[in-house]
Amino acid sequence: MMEQPEQEITTTRLPKLETTAKAPARQDTPASMIFDVRNVSIYYGAFKAVTDVSLPIYENEVTALIGSSGSGKSTVLRSLNRMNDLVPGARVDGEMYYRGTPLYDKAVSPAAVRRRIGMVFQKPNPFPKSIYDNVAYGPRISGQRNKAKLDEIVERSLRAAALWDEVKNRLKQSGLALSGGQAQRLCIARTIAVEPDVVLMDEPASALDPIATLAIEDLIRELKRNYTIVIVTHNMQQATRVSDRTAFFSVLTDSKNDTRTGVLVEYGLTQQIFEDPHDSRTQAYVTGRMG
Amino acid sequence: MAVTTQQSVDLREPSGWRRAKNQIVTGGMWFAFLCMLVPLGFVLVTVIAKGASTISWQFLTNGTIPPNILPASIGGMGAAVVGTLVITGLASVIAIPLGILGAIYISEYGTNNPLAAFISFLADVMTGVPSIVMGLFIFTIWVLHYGYSGLAGAFALACLMLPIVIRSAYEMLRLVPNELREASYALGATKSRVTLTVVLPAAIGGIVSGALLAVARAAGETAPLLFTILTVESTNANVFSGANTALSTQIFVNATQPYVGAQDRAWGSALTLIAIAFILMIAARLTTARFTRYSR
Repeated sequence: MMEQPEQEITTTRLPKLETTAKAPARQDTPASMIFDVRNVSIYYGAFKAVTDVSLPIYENEVTALIGSSGSGKSTVLRSLNRMNDLVPGARVDGEMYYRGTPLYDKAVSPAAVRRRIGMVFQKPNPFPKSIYDNVAYGPRISGQRNKAKLDEIVERSLRAAALWDEVKNRLKQSGLALSGGQAQRLCIARTIAVEPDVVLMDEPASALDPIATLAIEDLIRELKRNYTIVIVTHNMQQATRVSDRTAFFSVLTDSKNDTRTGVLVEYGLTQQIFEDPHDSRTQAYVTGRMG
Repeated sequence: MAVTTQQSVDLREPSGWRRAKNQIVTGGMWFAFLCMLVPLGFVLVTVIAKGASTISWQFLTNGTIPPNILPASIGGMGAAVVGTLVITGLASVIAIPLGILGAIYISEYGTNNPLAAFISFLADVMTGVPSIVMGLFIFTIWVLHYGYSGLAGAFALACLMLPIVIRSAYEMLRLVPNELREASYALGATKSRVTLTVVLPAAIGGIVSGALLAVARAAGETAPLLFTILTVESTNANVFSGANTALSTQIFVNATQPYVGAQDRAWGSALTLIAIAFILMIAARLTTARFTRYSR
């Protein structure tokens, strides 16, 4: 119901896909494209985790990455804010642009990238600090020292993460004392406290119960107004509930060398992927016959 | 109300042997625990029984250690108390920061770095070096050139503490979950920020505990001091020059004498040393509790 008007806007700039594994033709205005991933392959040492991914990601949309385990969706997500740099031996081949700037240019600082492109992880990971200090952490490392400003940022972020009412009287308590769903919303508040441009979410609700999951999904739809969101999910219903576009990843098995490589099979509007998939593998996956 | 006619279910342990095994092993653990308690209790009781009568304010503060033949009621161990505190203190100032920085390097910066692996290996080797060798090492490279001093003793103790601090701090840093580091990186923190604002605070409780264990160990060491401070009989508050003294070496010197007074002084010194270590442990617990108040 909510996706319907969104649908009409996006259909005009996204023609039907002829071939699979190809990005949609680029007819969008450059301003609306946040990430331009072109023919990217990602390696861990000699192991090729993902091959030849092309994936444009658009502003103020929720883009879902779905697919079975080992299909490289998390790897692709983590390459978008250079979290893969932390893995020894990780290497990205191909071109990846963020708002027209090459993300993997030598002059680019990963810290500066991550300040604009935040990330929420699968397991809620609040710092062993107070709730307040958790949210204020990002602004503080960005140089914000003004107490009144920090108070305001903490309140605004916690409100945006729909957590303020539950914790406003215990901001000095440990962030570890929160329940799983609250802790995950705290992590989201912490991420948006630095006012990022993009929020990457790596299965943000997979460790949570159904009610907490719905709360996070409501939050994602709410956050879409101000942020561009890329979300990895195992839950296909979740993808249909929150995302505008869906990218389906699959595993290519090379039996000769016994290697498994992730590949982008199909990318398009969420409705099209789930109702009219062009690739037989996508169809098998979304109808539950595979993976 | 219908009367239940269900047969009762037997939920007891199916074989008696399993119960017996449980009891045997539990009993074995209690036995091991008591065996461990015996020497500990024996040491404490003996030292308190023989040392308590010697302890007085005068014993703890009087700066002149009298000749061996005089009874323990004359003079005091103040010089040795001061010596132990300043020498161990200086050794801690040298070894703890160096050790923690080393551990941070190995744990946070040295992943896949052969130098870090080498330093880690050397620290392990250093743990196994007998303490008297540390004393002789400092004797050769320092005392022969600059003479006996508290500083030389502190160097020897620092050599002894360093591997303990590195090892314990390293283990504590490894215990910090990687998710916390990732969360910090994802907010745009640089490596030094991540280390200073997330990793160290999360590990500080254990690091402090480990460091204070090393301090307590060093305070009780005798061998490294024998060749480095000379063990004199009067207070030398200047740790940087001139021969010094310490409780541990005074215990050694006095306990090997045939005179009752000297032996009483040795027992009193032993009790004082144990008390200092105990106070350090309490301080460690209190600081750790303060540092880790958000970790639960």
